[in-house]
Amino acid sequence: MNKLFVESSPHIRSAWTTQKIMLNVIIALCPALAMSVYIFGIKALLLTVICCTSCVLLEFAFNKITKREDTISDLSAVVTGMLLAFNLPVDLPVYMAIIGCFVAIVIVKCLFGGIGQNFANPAITARIVLMMSFAGNMTKWTAPFAWKDGVDATVSATPLAAEKLPSLSDMFLGFRAGCLGETCIAALLLGGLYLMFMGLIRPATPLCFIGTVAVLSFLYGGCDVNFMLYQLMSGGLILGAFFMATDYATTPLTTKGKIVFGVGCGLITFAIRQYASMPEGVSFSILVMNCLTPLIDRFTAPTALGAVKPKKEGKE
Amino acid sequence: MSYLKEFTKGLVKENPTLVTLLGMCPTLAITTMASNAIGMGAAATFVLICSNVAIALLKKFIPKQVRLPSYIVVIAGFVTLISLILQAFVPAVYDALGIYLPLITVNCIILGRAEMFASKNNVAASALDGAGMGIGFTLALLAVGSVREILGSGKWFGMPLIPEAAQEAIKPMTIFVLPAGGFFVLGCVIALVNKIANRKPPEATGCSACPNRESCISIEKCDNTAENGEKEENK
Repeated sequence: MNKLFVESSPHIRSAWTTQKIMLNVIIALCPALAMSVYIFGIKALLLTVICCTSCVLLEFAFNKITKREDTISDLSAVVTGMLLAFNLPVDLPVYMAIIGCFVAIVIVKCLFGGIGQNFANPAITARIVLMMSFAGNMTKWTAPFAWKDGVDATVSATPLAAEKLPSLSDMFLGFRAGCLGETCIAALLLGGLYLMFMGLIRPATPLCFIGTVAVLSFLYGGCDVNFMLYQLMSGGLILGAFFMATDYATTPLTTKGKIVFGVGCGLITFAIRQYASMPEGVSFSILVMNCLTPLIDRFTAPTALGAVKPKKEGKE
Repeated sequence: MSYLKEFTKGLVKENPTLVTLLGMCPTLAITTMASNAIGMGAAATFVLICSNVAIALLKKFIPKQVRLPSYIVVIAGFVTLISLILQAFVPAVYDALGIYLPLITVNCIILGRAEMFASKNNVAASALDGAGMGIGFTLALLAVGSVREILGSGKWFGMPLIPEAAQEAIKPMTIFVLPAGGFFVLGCVIALVNKIANRKPPEATGCSACPNRESCISIEKCDNTAENGEKEENK
């Protein structure tokens, strides 16, 4: 090699490409997908495939129409589709799911400039838009294993609103009503730990998020461990904490910022669950904190090595 | 000065809602139904024409220092008039518009036209300007209101658009009737109008790019502060 390369920084590049990272996220989501197929039947897989396909097609079409660089090969649209499907009840009509994909990909992601430019998590925003638009269908939960009995759409309340709770072990394995991918805590934890092990997500945000909800629920429930565990394992808390609150583009960069982000998410989730009219607040909390992320980043920006902090006036 | 131009400029080129973004409060609040949009637009157009005419007549008698309170009093008089008329003859519209009817008093389109146009032009031009701006406002409200009503409740002017047989399968998106949908539709309509008018994003921001620059009273003061601001930023 006798060529001299002249180029601007960065000079050190990691072997991680966006495509590889996204592929790993997909792998991490697979156990939860497998469990949801086991719990809710083949319809769960079908809905996930529909969401992924429409997300990819929409991104492809948008980039073609606006003559932008084609970005579907980075797999981020597939991840968005999977996460969105995980946030939907399994019996949601297909056209509603496709509207959700449109909101996620075209409105939240592509209109703001594509991957890395979106200010909010596409899947979360799409879920909230669907929740606001089709409240009836979005809260029509299917009972676990209804497909085995051949019963169609047995409606059962989410544990956050139900009077009769499933046992703790059922909750951990996901044998409860709820969104497609949020029920199986075991599989989600497995996926989350995999991502942490691969170094793709930092533990700060999920730990602070889940920890805050745990502490507050423990105190709110009168130091009742059972109540706390149900609060942690119901709703989309684990899914949100590991897979949505750790999105690179929409969460703070520094560890300090990630802690603030996680605690903020936890506080809002707890407040919505206990004091607001809605049973679940994970998606709203993440969206609110997404909007605060630039501010958090500004306040937690580290000083450069060797930089002198400007002295405040009137202080020696 | 062509009178026709005074009338047509409010329709698209200087549309008060979609170009100068005045009167956002009624635009977002009452456009959940197309019929509301017509009601609000008609009421505001009436007030706009009357107040423009009155202020054009009174402009020599109003001292410059107290012109804004004087304009507001004139406008409030006409708003009282129209709300009593609506209450007496079309109570349905009166009920639908609710608090937003008296709030026409502080609609910045009306005060804006009084300040920017009627106080400097003759009666006929002011009346035409008011009519043009009012109709532009109505058309913008109608566009936003129609989209929101069709998508948000599956109706248009109260007529159901979804056949009864399909009502179980096809549901309207409630979010378009909520405030979030209002902002979204307004943004899309503005984008569409910009596209149709082939308007490029302004290179400069602030006063120098304002579509109302020519008719602005405080433009000298404004230019000075803008320059000062730039200087301070350069420091």
